[in-house]
This record gives sequence, structure tokens and C-alpha cells, in this order.
Amino acid sequence: MARKTRVLAAAGVAVTLGLTTAACGGGSKNDDSKGGTSGKSQFNAAITGVVNPSTAKGGTLNLWSAQDADSWDPARGYYAFVWNLNRLYTRKLVDYAAQVGKDGLKLVPDLATAEPEISADKLTYTFKLKSGLKFDDGTPITSKDIKYGVERVFATDVISGGPVYLKDLLDQGQNYPGPYKDTAPDKLGLKTVQTPDDSTIVFKLAKPSSDFLYVLAMPGAGPVPQKRDKGAQYGSAPASSGPYMFKPGGIVPGKSASWVRNPNWDQASDPIRKALPDAINLTITTNQDDLDARLIAGTADIDVGQVGVQPAARAKILQDPTLKANSDNPISGFLRYAGIVQSVAPLDNADCRKAIIYAADPTAMQAAFGGPVAGGDIGTSMLPDNIAGSDPNFDPFNRKQGKPQPDKAKQALAACGKPNGFDVTITARNNRTTEVKAAEALQSSLKAVGINAKIEQYDGAQQASVTGSPDNVKKKGYGIVMAAWAADYPTGAGYMQALSDSRFIPANGNYNLPEIKDPSIDNLFNQAQLQTDPAKAADLYSQINHKIMDGAYYLPIVSAKALNYRNPRLTNVYIHDTFGQVDFQALGVSDGK
Amino acid sequence: MSLGPEASITDETIPPTADAAEERNRGEQAIAGRSLKQIAWRRLKKDKVAIAGGIVVILLVIVAILAPLLSKIWGHPIDEYHIDQIDPTFGTPIGSWGGISRQFLLGVEPTSGRDVFSRILFGAQTSLTVAFLSAFVSTILGTVFGLAAGFLGGWVDSVISRVMDFLLAFPQLLFAIALVSVLPPTLLGLGSRWSRVLVLVGVIGFFGWPYIGRIVRGQTLSLREREFVEASRSLGARSGRILFKELLPNLAAPILVYTTLIIPTNILTEAALSFLGVGIPPPNPSWGGMLSDAVSYYRQDPMYMIIPGGMIFITVLAFNLFGDGLRDALDPKAR
Repeated sequence: MARKTRVLAAAGVAVTLGLTTAACGGGSKNDDSKGGTSGKSQFNAAITGVVNPSTAKGGTLNLWSAQDADSWDPARGYYAFVWNLNRLYTRKLVDYAAQVGKDGLKLVPDLATAEPEISADKLTYTFKLKSGLKFDDGTPITSKDIKYGVERVFATDVISGGPVYLKDLLDQGQNYPGPYKDTAPDKLGLKTVQTPDDSTIVFKLAKPSSDFLYVLAMPGAGPVPQKRDKGAQYGSAPASSGPYMFKPGGIVPGKSASWVRNPNWDQASDPIRKALPDAINLTITTNQDDLDARLIAGTADIDVGQVGVQPAARAKILQDPTLKANSDNPISGFLRYAGIVQSVAPLDNADCRKAIIYAADPTAMQAAFGGPVAGGDIGTSMLPDNIAGSDPNFDPFNRKQGKPQPDKAKQALAACGKPNGFDVTITARNNRTTEVKAAEALQSSLKAVGINAKIEQYDGAQQASVTGSPDNVKKKGYGIVMAAWAADYPTGAGYMQALSDSRFIPANGNYNLPEIKDPSIDNLFNQAQLQTDPAKAADLYSQINHKIMDGAYYLPIVSAKALNYRNPRLTNVYIHDTFGQVDFQALGVSDGK
Repeated sequence: MSLGPEASITDETIPPTADAAEERNRGEQAIAGRSLKQIAWRRLKKDKVAIAGGIVVILLVIVAILAPLLSKIWGHPIDEYHIDQIDPTFGTPIGSWGGISRQFLLGVEPTSGRDVFSRILFGAQTSLTVAFLSAFVSTILGTVFGLAAGFLGGWVDSVISRVMDFLLAFPQLLFAIALVSVLPPTLLGLGSRWSRVLVLVGVIGFFGWPYIGRIVRGQTLSLREREFVEASRSLGARSGRILFKELLPNLAAPILVYTTLIIPTNILTEAALSFLGVGIPPPNPSWGGMLSDAVSYYRQDPMYMIIPGGMIFITVLAFNLFGDGLRDALDPKAR
């Protein structure tokens, strides 16, 4: 799930890792078990089942965070935890099922009565809305509110920060400026979305996209009542279509947010949300160690950031069996990797790239990111485990065994015509301590085979123009670029397209770091977009993953994990695979307080 | 730092008042003929604390110079990973006391298992190089400008004094952080390590000169009115002779003392910059950088914080004690 950084101008793109320094979440990956089985609290229990299942209502849920939301405006938020919390107050036409494990990756109708009717050419999507849906002020939710919400995403001059997939998919040459500059009297001038009546909405695409429904499941596609829209300020009091609404004045930037029950939400209309607590409070602190202490003391229920506790608390939790039983170590869906840039000689030669991958010490780099618990599993390929088509046993460079392979690296160097090694530059973002540490580990292991690397640190905020600019990368000779990435939606295209499709190499903000220009990969992405059967699409994505690894374009480092603690009083705790986080909307409290 | 004596130091031409005890000892005829240097050395020798500080300083310098050799004999290369020494889950050393063992004399670094002993040695190299060279830069600049301001007076004095005030009020640390992020990682064909050393020397040295400049200016102001200067001038000596033959030798003592005393300040500034992440680039070690890394592990692995912290403490203390002793020896009136 993405964070707030600049998003590529094209569709089907994920965004890089956010502002937190700690690694992202993790967990054992052998969990095919369908959810809802277990119940007892034990280590990693929330990854495979629901911990403390309960339907008891009441009480106050105390959420904490070490970081404020980027925006509570559904169209402006981009942090993973904000998208997750949006499920409390923003309903969409379709949303992710409230299920543990891979079932959570499926979309179910939410505001819509059923799956959309898709025309034979796969270009027209027609949704029917449920009847009796209301906003928190009692006004009915109509198809026009949804269209208005979609239109807001187009007003990038006002509504900034959020993903713009909707704009990329639906503009189709209209150059629609968003509702604020719309000349139509009802401000509903976007032509590709039509509302024949209040309960019907029709989307028209220019070309088939099997990812379109995932884009509609983002908070930005939720309904927004035109009368209550205050433009860029909408995030200070957004309307609610879900079971909770913001308390009047409940949003205090940098300090807190509080929700109370939405009296106009109807449980019967909502197949996803449980709405157990009477009130939900989010407290924002800047002291992560204090937050960890509160979690362990039980005065905080859960850290919504879900990026893992600090090293001190990590030691405490793992060494105490009772505490450990209240923690989970799920994979977050973030992959940390290094792009090996083809435009920098001698890395245009695949054997030289392979030498780097073989020479890298998997364990040392994993340790730099925090080890198997806080850092994550050793990365083996470029498709994270939570995405269909990934195969944890696909390990073409034999990295899982944990040791560098200098013999193979030297063979590759000989094949590349550089038996004595070469010089290369590694870039790392200076605001990510662990990334710099991992670059040092890589530097040290490359030295063992004669590859002399120097590390260049740069300001992570300048990423789009430093490592995101192919011209700059070539000019400065950045051969190895450290980065991290998570999907905005859980499909192979949502993860890999921006990293490997030759049509996704913009002059600025490029994430296809190695500049892969392989027509067969592009073609596989095209086929996958036409494929409506997820299993077949998964097979295509698996092929793309193989092609990327065959080309040795990326050095996968770790599939990120985080050690997160949950208060034992919480009920219905499970990790939602889409977010790599606990599904906050399902939580309840057992003691009713 | 105190600004030091405004009054003149003991004059070369005036013999020191003989001690009553020494007076009685008729065997030592040479008392009257002793130079300032000899007198100072005698006083310094009596100051046990200063001597101890001086010995530690000399040891540190030797250790820094021999760092590559010592780490080869008793340590491991600074960038060699020993991941087997690290508990994978917690990232801390497996052995107790930060992994101190016969193989790793000062333990290993958390998460990587690099040898702390070697990294401390090479860190000493960095710290001392930066501290000495920047003290040298400060001294040269401070002496030249202080002498010019004090001797020439008038508008030259006003301009230089205002510039010194300006520099003393300048947020040096913030400027250094900004400068380091703007400058390219390598300069003048030096490696990334020595390029950064050069930048640090430049920044720390440049912002340090007003401290010495003020003292030299004050001393010059009082010295230039003294009789021996007047005498020299009335005999027709040129300014150059007065500056270099009459004034400068008399300024040597305070300059030496304050140079010794800004070295520990420079070590601390370098450590602070490294701590803030604008010091020496990885994988080259520096004490401040090690302290900064230790922050996230101090509860599980306190040794990793104690060792570089202790080194900074010992070094700064040794320089300060030695500098204080030197001042007492050269300038007993300034108390």
C-alpha cells in the first residue's frame, strides 16, 4: 500500500514506501488456511485466524499512532493505515472483504447491490446502488454523490496527495478539470461516468482493465455530498457513509481524531463492517517508545501505523511468552530491493548484474533492515507473497540459504568480461537509516568479489528527481538504486507494472529503475489486463516475475515484516492481507470499557 | 571557553622573580638565564594532571597513525561483516558485553557484526585529523586577522572585529549541515572519506578562528604600546619586523594555549556533525556516527554506546587537562 509520494502519470502504479523508518510488517507465509478458525491469542494467531471472535458491542477503542494521517479526506489520503481507517467512514461501490488471509484480497459489493454488469467488450461497468443508503446527516447517498466523489480526484490542483488512477482511466481526452472548475450547472460534467438515475452509475473505459474494480475500491472513489464539500478543507470534517462518523470537531491535526456511531448507517446494508465499539479514539504521539510502553501496559489498544515496535520493545515482547502471544509478525506487502540500472556500464550486461545478485550477502542485508522479525524474509523474487501469482519457492538466485555466493559471482564476472570486478555506485536515501545500513552491507559483500562500490546518499524527499530521473541516473552513474515498493491494490499489475513495464518510464518519478524495455513483458501486462479470471491473470504475472528475475534486473532484499502488538482485550483481531495490517473496522473490545 | 588573559604574558626581557628556595641554592647559577620555554616546561612538569593528559593525547595520536597496523594485528577490517556474531532476531551481539571477546577486543557492532575495535581506531584517525587540521586553520586565520586588527587599528580593526562578531553569532552547526548536503560527495579527486574530512576541516576551522582572533587582537593592542615596541620603532624598525620579530614571539604562548583548547571543542563538533549524519560517509567509521547508531540499541547493547562515548570523553578530557596545564605553565598570572 502506498504512501504519500508522487504518483506516476500513468495507470496501474504503486507508490513507494512512506515516512516511517521502522520496517514494515511481516508474518509466516505458509498460511493458506481459510480464516476464522482459531480464537486463542498466540504469536501470529491473527495471521491465520481471527483472535477472540466476538459480537459483543460497546466500549471505546483506543487507537494510537506515531504519525498523523496525511489527510482524512478520502481522495487525499495515501498512507496505508489511512486507507484502512477509511473503512470506518467511507463506503465504496466495492470494498475488500472482511476476511483473514487471501480471502481478504477479494472485492465484495458494498454500496452496490451486486457485482457490476460488465459489457461484452469489457468497457462498460454498470452498478446498481442499494436502496435506503444514507450519509451521517440523513441525506440519501445517490449515484451522483459517487460520481461527484470520483470527479474530485480530477481536481489535482485542489485535491492533492491521493492516487490519480481514476483520472488516468476515466479522463480519456476530455481534460476534465474537476468539479470546482466544471462549467456544467450541476458540476457533474465528467462524460465517462453517467448516472441515468439515482441508483445507477455507469463507468465507460477506453480499453479493458481487469484492475478497474480495485481502483473503485480506493477511498477516493467513495461518495462525497456536493453540499458539504469544502474543497481542500474537506478533510477537516468529511461526511460519513460508514458505521462511524467523526465527532464534531473530532479532528485535531497532529493530536487526535475521534469517531462516534453514525445513526444513519444500516447494518443490514453492509456486508463488511461489524461496528462493535461505541466510540473510537485515535491519539497521535511523536514518541514511538512511549507508544510501545502504552501498548504493553494495555492503555493503548493498537498502533495503527502497524510498522512494528521499536527495538527495545521488540526485545521485551519476544523474550516474554505472555507478551509474545499478543503479537503478530505479518508480511506487509512491502518489498525492499535494489534496481540494477542497465544504462550504467557495465550493468548493461546481464552477467554483470547477476554477479551483483550472487555476491550480495542475503543475511547481512536482512540484518541491516532489522533481521527476520523486524526486517522481513529474505527476498527471492519481485512479487510479494500477498499477491496472486507469487511463489515463495521461486528462488532463482538461491538466496534463501542466506549466504553470498562469491564463486558464482566470479563466474558471472568472467562471463561478463570483467573478471577483476568493476566500479559501481549505490544510492540510498539518507532519511532511511536502515537503507543506508543495507547499502553498506551490500558494499562490503561486493568488495569480496572485486566490485568496488561507493555509496551515495541523497535526500529521500528528492527521490523523483534523483533516482526517479533516468537521465540523472545515467549522468551520475547510479548503478545500484535501493528502493522499496508496495502495491496500491493487490494484483501483479498493481505491484510490478510500474517496476517493469517499458511504457512506465517517465522523465521524472520513474520507478522502473533498471529501465526494463522488454516487449514480451509489456505484452504479458496487456494480456493480464484483458484477463478476467484471476487465476489465469496470476499465471501471467508469475511469468512476468520469472522474466524480471531471468534478466537479473533487480536484487530483491527482503519481503518486509513488522512485529506488532495487540491489546489482549481486543476482539476480532486479524491481519487483512490487502493492507498487511490489522483490519481496524472489525475490532471490538471485550471488557466493554 | 573563556576569552583568556587581556594582560600581557610574562615578558621575555624581564627575568622571572626568583623563588626564595631557589635563591638559596647556589649550585644553580643559570636561573637568571632561563628562557620562557624552560620556565614553562619546568612548571608543566610539576603539573601531574597536565602531563597525564599530554601522555593520553600522544597515545591517541600514535594509535590514530598506526590504526591500519593495529587493526590488522588485533582487529578485523572496518567493513568486514561478521553476521554470525549477531543475534538475527534482535540484531544485537550474541556474546555478552557487546560481544567483547578475544577475537573482538571491543565487541561487535549491532546488526552487522563489524569489529568495534578497528572502527574505534579508524574513528580516532578521523576525529583527530579533523580536530588538528581545523585547529590549525583556525589558528592561522585567527593569528593573521587578529594581528592585523590589533596592529593596524582604525577601520581595519572595525571591519575585522565586526566580522568576528558576525561569525561568533553564526549558527555554525546548521550551516555545516546545509553545506554538506549541497557539496558533491567527492572533491579534488579525493576519496569520499577525505573529501568529507576536508569539508569538515574547512567548516569547523573557518568558524573557529574568531575565538583565537579576538585573543590575538587583544594581546596585540596591549603589546604594541609597550616600551620594547616603541624602542624598536624609534630605532627605525619597519612594521614587518615589529610584527614578526617583536609581537609574534610574545603572542606564541596564548596562541599555543588556545589552539590546544579548541582541539577538544573541534572533536565535539565533529562528533556532533557525525551524530547528525553529515559526518564521514559510511562505511568509514567516526565516533559520533557510532554513537548515533547506538541510540536505537542502547538498552539491549549499552557497550556499543559506552565505547565511542567513552573515547570522546577521554579524548576531550585529556586535551582540556593538557591545555589547562599548558596555560598555567605559560601564563601563571591568568587564573
